[in-house]
Amino acid sequence: MTHHHVSEEQIRYSVFLNWGMRIGLFLLITLFALYVFEIIPTHIPLNKIPEYWDLPVGEYLKQTGSPTGWGWAGMLNYGDFASLSSIAWLSGCSVICLVAVIPIYSGRRDMIYAAICILEIGVQLLAASGLLHSGH
Amino acid sequence: MLAFVFRLSQRNFIALLSIFLLLAAFPLDSLATEAVSTGSSSMPWWGWPLLLFVVCFLLGIVAVPSGVGGGVLFVPIVGGFFPFHLDFVRGAGLLVALASALAAGPTLLKGGLANLRLALPLALLASISSIAGAMMGLALPASTVQIALGMTILGIVALMATAKKSEFPSVPIADKLSTALAIHGVFHDAANNRNMHWQVHRTPGGLLLFTGIGFLAGMFGMGAGWANVPVLNLLMGVPIKVSAGTSSFILSLVDSSAAWVYLNKGAVLAIIAIPSITGMMLGAMIGARLLRVLKASVVRKMVISLLLFAGLRALLKGLGI
Repeated sequence: MTHHHVSEEQIRYSVFLNWGMRIGLFLLITLFALYVFEIIPTHIPLNKIPEYWDLPVGEYLKQTGSPTGWGWAGMLNYGDFASLSSIAWLSGCSVICLVAVIPIYSGRRDMIYAAICILEIGVQLLAASGLLHSGH
Repeated sequence: MLAFVFRLSQRNFIALLSIFLLLAAFPLDSLATEAVSTGSSSMPWWGWPLLLFVVCFLLGIVAVPSGVGGGVLFVPIVGGFFPFHLDFVRGAGLLVALASALAAGPTLLKGGLANLRLALPLALLASISSIAGAMMGLALPASTVQIALGMTILGIVALMATAKKSEFPSVPIADKLSTALAIHGVFHDAANNRNMHWQVHRTPGGLLLFTGIGFLAGMFGMGAGWANVPVLNLLMGVPIKVSAGTSSFILSLVDSSAAWVYLNKGAVLAIIAIPSITGMMLGAMIGARLLRVLKASVVRKMVISLLLFAGLRALLKGLGI
């Protein structure tokens, strides 16, 4: 139920978030089913996974030859990485919501909140870019 | 199974859940130890993900009535009792918290229980610090992170056991920053069928604390509702229901930025993350329905005991004891 005290930008954000979340959950379940039922091939054979999941991530990457950064996006023909695309969608769908509310703030000359949205988008894109480095 | 769950009386349900969680912990522990030492276990590959789904389903049920996010239960329990490396557990924990926050977000925003104007400045600082926390967590040795996690969980237990809440905190004068940002709102109190106007104070302190909370969320892969709600409610003076809703919405942004760090570092395994997300979300749906049946204070005490157990376990594991 929409409350009449809820702002226009909040309603728009919720509409975009609702669709983003629904698409994400659909992708999550569908792609995972394709993966675990081996309808599409896997990079790491499912029966070998227990040999790797107890390793630190650096060692896991070395032993399995799995990519870092956006390398998984080039391996979407494998179920393990196709499933990651649904997780990437869920992690990224808030950016679309933020982009959607900027015109409302700027139209109202509420430049502080337009700037906060732009900065938040920048932070999310920086995190998504893979340019930030750390590791064991 | 749903019909079975709904037919259980409150006492039977809590007893069954307590016995399951406590008894399951010990065999899981020994199997996990075996798995770590041999690199595999006698279970088929799908055994652990299936067990993970079941445990997350149960955690999801208790998370709602106890008022804690699923993420805060997930990391210490799965990290302590499953054979998965803590790097992957934290990556999955963030995604569990993120998916729950995204699922709740539209309803909270539309219903006015989350406030975008209040959330955005806090989320911006917490997002930045969550990236730093995630990078730090992946750079430190697992034992150090385990010790810090154990200490943090024990701190959360102390906070949950002692923190008070205020339905409508008194904020006589809004501070300058919140006035400049026009952070205020109207909350419709359904119980009294009237509109309550709220404003906030101590905004600079709130921003500072959210920076610290974001760091912890990124480092340990936990949702941070346990910290967000007291800061919004007790420090800044936001009504408790708006605090809880806004906290959940803030997590959708904070956990997104930290989740990208884990994803880019290869620390997200679909076989761990997806059963966790789906199990927790299904459990939370049941938990929300059981709110009427279960006595929230009893479930909350049980969850605090469970967290105390998991926090000690993480601390001892980190210390190699």
